[in-house]
Amino acid sequence: MAKKEEIIDAAKKTVKKVAVRAAKKAVEAAEAAATAAAEAIKEAQTPVITPKDAKIPEGPLELKWTNYKNHQKLVNPANKRRLDIIVVGTGLAGASAAASLAEMGFNVLNFCIQDSPRRAHSIAAQGGINAAKNYQNDGDSVYRLYYDTIKGGDYRAREANVYRLAEVSNNIIDQCVAQGVPFAREYGGLLDNRSFGGAQVSRTFYAKGQTGQQLLLGAYSALSRQIGKGKVKMYTRYEMLDIVLIADENGEKRARGIIARNLVTGRIERFFAHAVVVGSGGYGNTFFLSTNAMASNGSAAMQMYRHGAYFANPCYAQIHPTCIPKHGDFQSKLTLMSESLRNDGRIWVPKKLEDAKLLQAGKIKGRDIPEEDRDYYLERRYPAFGNLVPRDVASRAAKERCDKGYGVNNTGLAVFLDFSEAIQRLGKDVVAQKYGNLFQMYEKIVDENPYENPMMIFPAIHYTMGGIWVDYELQTSVKGLFCIGEANFSDHGANRLGASALMQGLADGYFVLPYTIQNYLADQIGVPRMSTDLPEFAEAEKAVQDKIDKLMAIQGKRSVDSIHKELGLVMWDFVGMGRTAEGLKEGIKKIDAIKKEFWTNVYIPGEANSLNNELEKALRLADFIEIGRLMAVDALHREESCGGHFREEYQTPEGEALRQDDKFSYVGCWKYMGEDQEPQLIKEPLDYEFTERKTRNYKN
Amino acid sequence: MDSYIDIKVRVWRQAGPKAQGHFETYELKHVFQGASFLEMIDILNEQLIAEHKDPVTYDHDCREGICGMCSMYVNGHPHGPDSAITTCQLHMRKFKDGETITVEPWRSRAFPVIKDLMVDRGAYDKIMQAGGFVSVNTGGVPDANAIPIPKPVADEAMDAASCIGCGACAAACKNGSAMLFVAAKVSQLALLPQGKIEAAARAKAMVAKMDELGFGNCTNTGACAAECPKSVSLANIARLNREFLKAKFKD
Repeated sequence: MAKKEEIIDAAKKTVKKVAVRAAKKAVEAAEAAATAAAEAIKEAQTPVITPKDAKIPEGPLELKWTNYKNHQKLVNPANKRRLDIIVVGTGLAGASAAASLAEMGFNVLNFCIQDSPRRAHSIAAQGGINAAKNYQNDGDSVYRLYYDTIKGGDYRAREANVYRLAEVSNNIIDQCVAQGVPFAREYGGLLDNRSFGGAQVSRTFYAKGQTGQQLLLGAYSALSRQIGKGKVKMYTRYEMLDIVLIADENGEKRARGIIARNLVTGRIERFFAHAVVVGSGGYGNTFFLSTNAMASNGSAAMQMYRHGAYFANPCYAQIHPTCIPKHGDFQSKLTLMSESLRNDGRIWVPKKLEDAKLLQAGKIKGRDIPEEDRDYYLERRYPAFGNLVPRDVASRAAKERCDKGYGVNNTGLAVFLDFSEAIQRLGKDVVAQKYGNLFQMYEKIVDENPYENPMMIFPAIHYTMGGIWVDYELQTSVKGLFCIGEANFSDHGANRLGASALMQGLADGYFVLPYTIQNYLADQIGVPRMSTDLPEFAEAEKAVQDKIDKLMAIQGKRSVDSIHKELGLVMWDFVGMGRTAEGLKEGIKKIDAIKKEFWTNVYIPGEANSLNNELEKALRLADFIEIGRLMAVDALHREESCGGHFREEYQTPEGEALRQDDKFSYVGCWKYMGEDQEPQLIKEPLDYEFTERKTRNYKN
Repeated sequence: MDSYIDIKVRVWRQAGPKAQGHFETYELKHVFQGASFLEMIDILNEQLIAEHKDPVTYDHDCREGICGMCSMYVNGHPHGPDSAITTCQLHMRKFKDGETITVEPWRSRAFPVIKDLMVDRGAYDKIMQAGGFVSVNTGGVPDANAIPIPKPVADEAMDAASCIGCGACAAACKNGSAMLFVAAKVSQLALLPQGKIEAAARAKAMVAKMDELGFGNCTNTGACAAECPKSVSLANIARLNREFLKAKFKD
């Protein structure tokens, strides 16, 4: 009997279990349906930016820019004299814009944080600048440069913008030569070219390994000429701390000035202009260690963002494959070795793990490993492009080898870049002539001669493709506020090709903005110069002062740099080269904790109203923390791999990036919703009209 | 091989442009020789901040030898004891264990101290504004290959154009002359056909501005070229003199 009861009991339990399980499943299904429905609603509610909103001109691709220029509004010379424009930044974009606008007759107020406009970080660009001149007769054209750029960006850039960029690229080279930029030449006296990653033609113009320097000095000389003429008023050692918006008679808010801090006196000052142009560079220093200069920062971008300018694709950051590896915790920055080195240098790691171990222990050197035991992994994996695959591909391939244990230095985080074959083929003199200054730079830092032993390199954060969203006119979602150069998001999609940053910076500054800004200013000619005593200016200044006072009052225990380094490690580990949903969620938590630590425990010595480097760094770090979070949020939402954004969940069996074109073929724009509020996603669909999307293939 | 060293750093401290300056000596232990000189200053500053003292103010930015921002006299030399580099490219392996390293700002009449090791080099910008350019506006220029330029000429112009405007030349000069800086720009542009047209006027305008701003005269001691982190050659000064004389003859 007992048995029967037991059986009934067991049966009851089973029934209950099954019922519970079924109920649970039903609840789960209902929940999933609800989530899906909620997502669908969210999807339906996600605002969309149309091509019309983005002011993309009508017509075929190759006629859009011409059409735009033929129909845009212009400002006549007498009215130009009445209009003031603020340009923040003096890099390639800022300096070329300031100079060109002043030449046209506008009054320009130009700001930079360094002691001279010549020192902006564009100066450090080494390798070159692309243009579709086809001087080498190797089949190049505007279309090809356009196509390579779109493809290199993994089909995540706007077609119309990229085509315009390729179109004006040739004017840039002409302009620079006219200014006296000493580009490299052939013995016949004509301009020389070399190849860069992601292209099968030689379209890169260069000036030794100092192309950025020479182009910037060209723009700086044009700017100096306008300063000398009094058309540009230059403010050096000033840092913008906020944008000032003033509503017009229809209640529409327009950018009408900035609040800036004089870095020498510590005084906060107000400046009015009819329009504000920001060319403040990228936000790579969120990672603390990057190839950016120490003062490069994302604060100007965050100020625009907080006033309603969308931040587009923040997760697209470029990790450059050829940087000198990290050597200690005290390290302040990473030094880039130009991509041009990949023209002649061959990248490899040992084939055998035991060789890698000996290298890591410092028992053998790269040159001791015989040819047959070297794995030229880029040539092996990508026969068509070899060592000249785009940066994102080369960086991931290096990480893959190092993750498997084949790294070649003491930390196991380096690969070789070897010139022995080039030295044999061309001779040491030719190699020295081409890359001498880079070799010298390497030797000074690493204390090893790269002519005798292969260089060691490793990927590092270098450039940010993401940035402030701009329309075709380079205007942000705030009226009268323009954004140029690396600071905007516009032309590189998810990955930038080598030698294209200089091209974009100068295209924006010399040939695009000076046209498009007139379309805006033509309607502003009746607006008189406004007093900086207006309440909008006073309020903006007070907000800045309050923030500074709050920071100075914390008087905690940690230096700014110690917190910034902590942020950098979190970024590298969780928002770096290989991202996962889980890791990104973890990263966001850690960034939130760092934010709390910063606002309760940072220590800033000295006074606010005097020269105070620590205060400057603290103000920038406050914004880096927000940018870091935004990068993670964007990376988490973008469930695909494309260009510089690699989600480990989305890769092909061979480990290549796997795009999800049906779901993520859009620009992810983020709108600020208030302090500590989640930002709102806005999409600009990228419906490719003129180009067929393909899987990027650098293999054959 | 790089190892760790203990050092003393004797640094010029000056609270402001008008304040009385003085040397202060700090001890630093266990500094890795693979660290750059500026990273050593960072370590020192972290130490000072931890002690709630004022960190050393100094100019620096790119830290790869190209922006020209860093400007320190290290052990009596602009940019330190190593040759053909800027301070940011100087590494601690150039110093010995137990060494006392003296760090000063540029000392030149035309570069007043702002604070500690930071000086005002605005005078160089003013010289550039006086004529360091080719007078062309954006747009309307000929094709880049319209005028061939012999390779040796282009290369020479490039060498002159390598100047980073750091100010080491004027700081090294016993007369505080900016001749090498001016000569580099005048040469670069005078060599190239695009800049030749204004060469004489440019030389005259830039030299006049240099004199006006309180830089000294050139007496051909050559300290400037010896200390130049970019190895800009003295030959440029000869070229500047030629251009300058040409301009004077025309007057």
